[in-house]
Amino acid sequence: MMKRNRKRMSLMTKRSITGYLFILPWLIGFIWFYARSLFMSVQFSLCELTVNPGGGYTLDFTGFDNYIYAFRVHGTFKQILTTSIGNMLIDVPLITFFSLFMAILLNRKFKGRTLVRAIFFLPVILNSGAILDAMELARTMMSGGISSASAEMAAASSGNGASIQYYIQMFSALGLPDSIIEYISGAVSRISDIINASGVQIIIFIAALQSIPGSMYEVARIEGATAYETFWKVTFPMVLPHIITNVVYTVVDSFADSDVVDLAYDTAFTNNNYGLSSVMSLTSTVLTCLILVIICRFIQKRTFYYN
Amino acid sequence: MEKAEQKQKFSLKAIQDKYQEIKADTQFANDRKRWASNIKKFILGVFRLVIIVGICYVILGPVIGIISSSFFSDADNYNTMVYLIPQEPTLERYQLAIKYLDYGKTLISSLAYSLSLMLIQVFICSMVGYGFARYKFPLKNLLFACVVVMIVIPTHTIMLPLYMSFAKFDVFGIIKLLKGSSVNLLSTPVPMYIMTFFGCGLRSGLYIYIFNQFFRGLPKEIEEAAFVDGAGTWYTYFRIMLVNAIPSVITVAIFSMVWQYNDTFYAKLFLISDDIVISKKISTIQATISNVEKIYDPNIQELYLDAGVVLIMIPIIIIYVALQKYFIEGVERSGIVG
Repeated sequence: MMKRNRKRMSLMTKRSITGYLFILPWLIGFIWFYARSLFMSVQFSLCELTVNPGGGYTLDFTGFDNYIYAFRVHGTFKQILTTSIGNMLIDVPLITFFSLFMAILLNRKFKGRTLVRAIFFLPVILNSGAILDAMELARTMMSGGISSASAEMAAASSGNGASIQYYIQMFSALGLPDSIIEYISGAVSRISDIINASGVQIIIFIAALQSIPGSMYEVARIEGATAYETFWKVTFPMVLPHIITNVVYTVVDSFADSDVVDLAYDTAFTNNNYGLSSVMSLTSTVLTCLILVIICRFIQKRTFYYN
Repeated sequence: MEKAEQKQKFSLKAIQDKYQEIKADTQFANDRKRWASNIKKFILGVFRLVIIVGICYVILGPVIGIISSSFFSDADNYNTMVYLIPQEPTLERYQLAIKYLDYGKTLISSLAYSLSLMLIQVFICSMVGYGFARYKFPLKNLLFACVVVMIVIPTHTIMLPLYMSFAKFDVFGIIKLLKGSSVNLLSTPVPMYIMTFFGCGLRSGLYIYIFNQFFRGLPKEIEEAAFVDGAGTWYTYFRIMLVNAIPSVITVAIFSMVWQYNDTFYAKLFLISDDIVISKKISTIQATISNVEKIYDPNIQELYLDAGVVLIMIPIIIIYVALQKYFIEGVERSGIVG
């Protein structure tokens, strides 16, 4: 009987079992830590949680009271939520294209390339809380010179920088629509944020660029393609799968640092309102997921996989 | 006035004539083309240099500020004329920072902690990524969506439940059966190891995603060839696919190492001791030094913090620069990729 069973197991079944074996550790972990914790978070959001002095907690079911409070009564939640989503939508294309551009620049051979790459990775290294605070201080402490670049940009965004004002007027005299000028000037004023936020993306793109087989470029050169054509016909399609990775990373990263998370954190640990905090983080999580699904669908349709 | 106009006309005409002459001259056409392309290359090079230097400047600015002010003496700090280069440089900041960080010991245990977690991360995440990329099984798309969900969820969402479950850690009541009560794993690094081993460590979802994308980009022929030659599943994975995946292994290793080293969120959540996580210790160094050494000026306190930050940054930068070499080498070695 056993033998017959084993014989009957098709290659497909065998392969799917092997597949499950490969993902098994993660599957256990996901159910154990994430799914369970998420369920508990949802539970918290529907209840009022009181921590008992002896450890543990009690839950009083209150229905949708927390949700209603967050959206109807809470003063700043809705506003913070919309601004952080807006900022994220502006940042994503900027960061993606900036990092692709930088990766292409850095992928060429030139003197001191290792050093430059190490420098670009610095913001990723220095993303720890205490170090970031020290950096922020250093930026504000040093007037003039080095920090002036970012400081000037910051001033420009509020409309005080005379020189930037001049360029904005010039652009509007050229007849560019206000929204585009605003977008560009906003991008310029946040250049230091964008640079600091694109370290990982640059590294991922460099890895992607280096995994493109050189023979493809050889063929393109022999066929007489210009650099422009080579970029759009070889480099860009080969890098596209990694663009999805980077977009996902950028969206998540900008949400992890966003004000909504801070608000949720404060609500939980300063005001001890765990239910409301769960509502806030759940709402923002669901919205982020929705945005990601839409963006990924959009890019995936255009993606080409080498196999 | 007229004369000048005439002169200009004359010179314009001369230039035009010269241009026509050069254009008509075929003898040096190649030289000219080469010259033009050299100019083009030069301009592009300058353009690239300006961009790279400018951006490096934006990134390095605050770092240079921190490094320079970590050498400032008290007098330098109060002297408004001193900028970047201290007049009376001192190593006192470093001496105290090393003393209160317990630098050597903390650093070694911190590195061991993040290195071991990094190895687990690479091993588990590459396996899971490979499973998702190459095998078809029921519910695969749903499960992969779960990976994405894992990336997307801010860790704050599940912070409280995680804390609760590790404070009273138990696996299906087994531990309670053996020991009589559930264990409190907080204030040890064990929760971090458990979570990482089950593919739920710091940003594990992202690493799984990266590996998945990478393995999907590899040609299937490699595995088919291995299968035909009689290699088993695990042999194929460890000896063939993982070797091919070296670029992404190193990418993930660098990320994992650095983020683990920097992570204060989990360290705070699980109350992991300061002596294991150096980046958690740095957040209290300013307060410690000001209390013990009786330094009340916050500006001076910051100088010690700067020195501590520099000390923390050094090893990670060294590791990165060292791995950078392997990064490129690994890419070259696995040139068959794709």
